[in-house]
Amino acid sequence: MTNQEIKQLLSERFPELSEWEESYGMLTFRVPPDRNLEIANAIFHDEQLQFRFLTDITAVHYPDRVGEELCVVYHFHNLVDNVRIRMKTYVPVSQPDVFSLAPLFAGANWMERETYDFYGVNFIGHPNLTRILNVDEMDYFPMRKEYPMEDPTRRDKDDEMFGRG
Amino acid sequence: MARPVQYNENKKVTFAPIPDGYQGEGFMATKFDKVIGLARANSLWPLPFATSCCGIEFMATMGANYDLARFGSERMGFTPRQCDMLLVAGTIAKKMAPILRQVYLQMAEPRWVIAIGACASSGGIFDSYSVLQGIDQVIPVDVYVPGCPPRPEGILDGILKLQEIVKNESLRRRHSDQYKGLLNEYGIQ
Repeated sequence: MTNQEIKQLLSERFPELSEWEESYGMLTFRVPPDRNLEIANAIFHDEQLQFRFLTDITAVHYPDRVGEELCVVYHFHNLVDNVRIRMKTYVPVSQPDVFSLAPLFAGANWMERETYDFYGVNFIGHPNLTRILNVDEMDYFPMRKEYPMEDPTRRDKDDEMFGRG
Repeated sequence: MARPVQYNENKKVTFAPIPDGYQGEGFMATKFDKVIGLARANSLWPLPFATSCCGIEFMATMGANYDLARFGSERMGFTPRQCDMLLVAGTIAKKMAPILRQVYLQMAEPRWVIAIGACASSGGIFDSYSVLQGIDQVIPVDVYVPGCPPRPEGILDGILKLQEIVKNESLRRRHSDQYKGLLNEYGIQ
């Protein structure tokens, strides 16, 4: 199954899919944030597409894209034909709501918790959307761009020591 | 090939030096501080808390080539209640910090801590939101071993340094206001 065939099948069924591209040979498209579960469900159960393995969920923060700052990325794998696709959806950082894929893929449970932990994406319908890797007391989402990577409690690493003062 | 089997005369055994004191025929008088310090320093029970590459170096230190047992630490005790010397080898994430602190609290006095490697001492290269910037933020540390990771010789040197501290420690130190103040800084009663 080639990328062209997948694109044709998908765009006939879901004309609202946009931003088709093939980066490094991997077919990528954008879906509206309120349709992600429906489309994942469709490509899971479709006789031809059968994308039944969820490889990864992650997010990207684009602070400059006003109104669609957070991009949630899903990677699916068709194990029969050995084809992979990437599905993206964009949500505003003020209200980062997408549907959880946990009812469809059991593996989405922890991946969505991780994405919530680092980016604060709110997965509606997730059975237990709590932090998974960081300390429970953390009160921010550390991979968002406005937060520096360095530990903010450290006082000995001032710029003078590194010749930047 | 036949391997020689010899009677072990313990020719290479060296004894710990006799502490200063007043000796005569059949008796010796010295201070409890010295005798107990000598005994403690030469039978430190290590508790390894190894989380990453420094832990691998520490395993080599325990093994036959470097042989930590030569210095009186024959056996790792993997329970804090029996051990005197906590060896923290590796990166400590902030999520791990309360666990490390709990292990320290479970050790009985007198207890000593060695921070092995850059990460345990200062956070090392991991200047990051998720990594504790040195274990001395949560527990008091006696000896810091530099290196990333330190060689086994470095770890042995740190343990010998700690033995010097143990040998010369006053028996009253653990009851002193200074020591209690130090623990209070860490919120330990």
